[in-house]
Amino acid sequence: MDNLIEIKNLHASIEGKEILKGINLTVKPGEVHAIMGPNGSGKSTLSNVLVGHPAYTVTEGEIIYKGKDLLSLSAEDRSHEGIFLSFQYPVEISGVSMTNFMRAAINAQRKYKGEAPLSAGDFLKLMREKRALVNLDSKLANRSVNEGFSGGEKKRNEIFQMAMLEPNLSILDETDSGLDIDALRIVAEGVNKLKRPDTSTLVITHYQRLLDYIKPDIVHVLYNGRIVKTAGPELALELEERGYDWIKNENPS
Amino acid sequence: MSNEKEYIELFEQNRTLVESNCSALLNGARSTAFESFKVAGFPTPKEEKYRYTDVRPIFAENYGMNLGRVAAPINPKEYFSCDVPNLHTLQEYIVNDTYYNNTEKDGLPEGAILGSLNTIAAQHPEILAPYYNALASKGDGVTHFNTTFVQDGIVLYIPRNKKAETTVQLMNLLRTNVEMLFNRRLLIILEDGAEASMLICDHAVEKIKTLSVQVAEVFLGCNASFDLYELEETQAENRRINQLFVRQQAGSRFNHTNITLTNGVTRNSAHVSLEGEGAEVNMYGLAISDKQQQIENNTLVDHLVGHCTSNELYKYVLDDSAKGVFAGKMLIRKDAQQTVSHQTNRNLCLTKSAHIYTQPQLEIYADDVKCSHGSTVGQLDENALFYMQQRGIPKEEARHLLMFAFAGEVIDAIKIDALRERLHILVEKRFRGELNRCKGCSLCK
Repeated sequence: MDNLIEIKNLHASIEGKEILKGINLTVKPGEVHAIMGPNGSGKSTLSNVLVGHPAYTVTEGEIIYKGKDLLSLSAEDRSHEGIFLSFQYPVEISGVSMTNFMRAAINAQRKYKGEAPLSAGDFLKLMREKRALVNLDSKLANRSVNEGFSGGEKKRNEIFQMAMLEPNLSILDETDSGLDIDALRIVAEGVNKLKRPDTSTLVITHYQRLLDYIKPDIVHVLYNGRIVKTAGPELALELEERGYDWIKNENPS
Repeated sequence: MSNEKEYIELFEQNRTLVESNCSALLNGARSTAFESFKVAGFPTPKEEKYRYTDVRPIFAENYGMNLGRVAAPINPKEYFSCDVPNLHTLQEYIVNDTYYNNTEKDGLPEGAILGSLNTIAAQHPEILAPYYNALASKGDGVTHFNTTFVQDGIVLYIPRNKKAETTVQLMNLLRTNVEMLFNRRLLIILEDGAEASMLICDHAVEKIKTLSVQVAEVFLGCNASFDLYELEETQAENRRINQLFVRQQAGSRFNHTNITLTNGVTRNSAHVSLEGEGAEVNMYGLAISDKQQQIENNTLVDHLVGHCTSNELYKYVLDDSAKGVFAGKMLIRKDAQQTVSHQTNRNLCLTKSAHIYTQPQLEIYADDVKCSHGSTVGQLDENALFYMQQRGIPKEEARHLLMFAFAGEVIDAIKIDALRERLHILVEKRFRGELNRCKGCSLCK
């Protein structure tokens, strides 16, 4: 089967500072890739560039997603085309209820696909179904987006939104950060339940522990803006044991 | 630039005509106001209160005035029938500055009076005399100007312990083919324990330059309760100077919501005197402004006695080259112990050429009070915008959601359900640019 996404020689900078220095990465439908690496290696930059964050500038390279030039698409159209980012720090939006936020998102996606907006009844039914997947309290639906949510609730809310939008490529940016072990399990189970044969996942993480629940097919190590090592799941275990110093020593900057 | 002289001459030449149209009560106040106006003139920007809105050039335009009381050319009910779903109000009309006779007064309690100020001043001088101009006489040059020229307006009187179940809705309609200056006067009296609510809508039909000067006096007896909603939907050509004076006795409650959806140049001022213990005032303002629009809300809450509460929340959304002004003062006098007073002003400036001038002020002379004030100026949260875009919400839509959320805090404080729901829709339309010009009463469409 064709590649879902192919990143070729990607260079990107923020405020004139080059962070990504030639990323090459190919993900096929159905695959789970883990991207690991020490702080400051460019993991979050990669996820932000993929979703079109305006603060980052791509200076070189290309990204082919579903056969299209991804970099020419707006952030919202990337979402409509099935790219979803679970934010490391989900944003609180005061005064915008979860329900209105989600309805705007769902209907924008439907409009893009040429479908009619969901009726109020169908929409609420969909919210109920998907909420159950991540044990998200129904009370949270009436609150403002992420406002007053605990760290665990915010992350569950990200996975809930992922369930609602049914993306093809999900990017989980440090989804394990700030979660206790129970919350981690609930979030990971949610991700696994959403897995379909044609959907792919990029798991960005420092630690092995999330990968105990979300099993990667391929593990990459990102260091100093480049992927310096790619191997099977055993690489994550090795990193857990040995840390990142040996990677740094093998790749002096 | 001084044009007081022209207005003084105009009044002297037409004094007999004006007085022949009006009741003794109005004419009595007129004489003293004219003397005060001659001394005070129009305020200048050298006065702190008028620093940001210079009213002199506004008065200097060549307006006509309807001194001879020529009847309005329209039947307002044919032009404006309010059909906001589930909003049941007692509708009254002032076309330009003339009260439009309305005999239907359903929903008023026994003994209540609602109607033309000039007519009722002649019929019931004993009721109105202690109140008319009692607060406005301490106003400024603009107030005296209004008292000098005013010929009509509206009165709402609710006797002791009576409750007006139905909201009184006053439509201020501007309808003219020539540039005009209008003077309106509102007198609202709620005796001890009385309750009422009122909605005032300002609408302009033609795109003709006008200046509306409206002075409102509100008297709330002990434990009286009054909710006042003002909604302005006029046009770039319209200038409005509104002055509101309120006197509250012990235990009374006044809620004021002032929303500017569309306008030209507006200066709203409110002077609230808390004269009895336990009085409470809550003031909310929302100004949505773009192009060259200008909106000032200037408030003074005077805590004269102890145990009173005041709250203010004013929000501005300024786009293009709009100019917003918020000047609010909470004056806590020496005897006003145990005062609770909070004031908040929040502003969104969407462009670099939009300006907000904000002066939140607390002046405290008592030593046992709980007070706060604050002001913020900012732009839309870029992180929130991007978060929404990542979920597929187009940027423009995301901006509207954030702007609407910002404004929602003021709208949600409206207690009339049908009005609140209607304003949610109107404000959303306004942000989408679908309310660019007032097509008559869009509240009613």
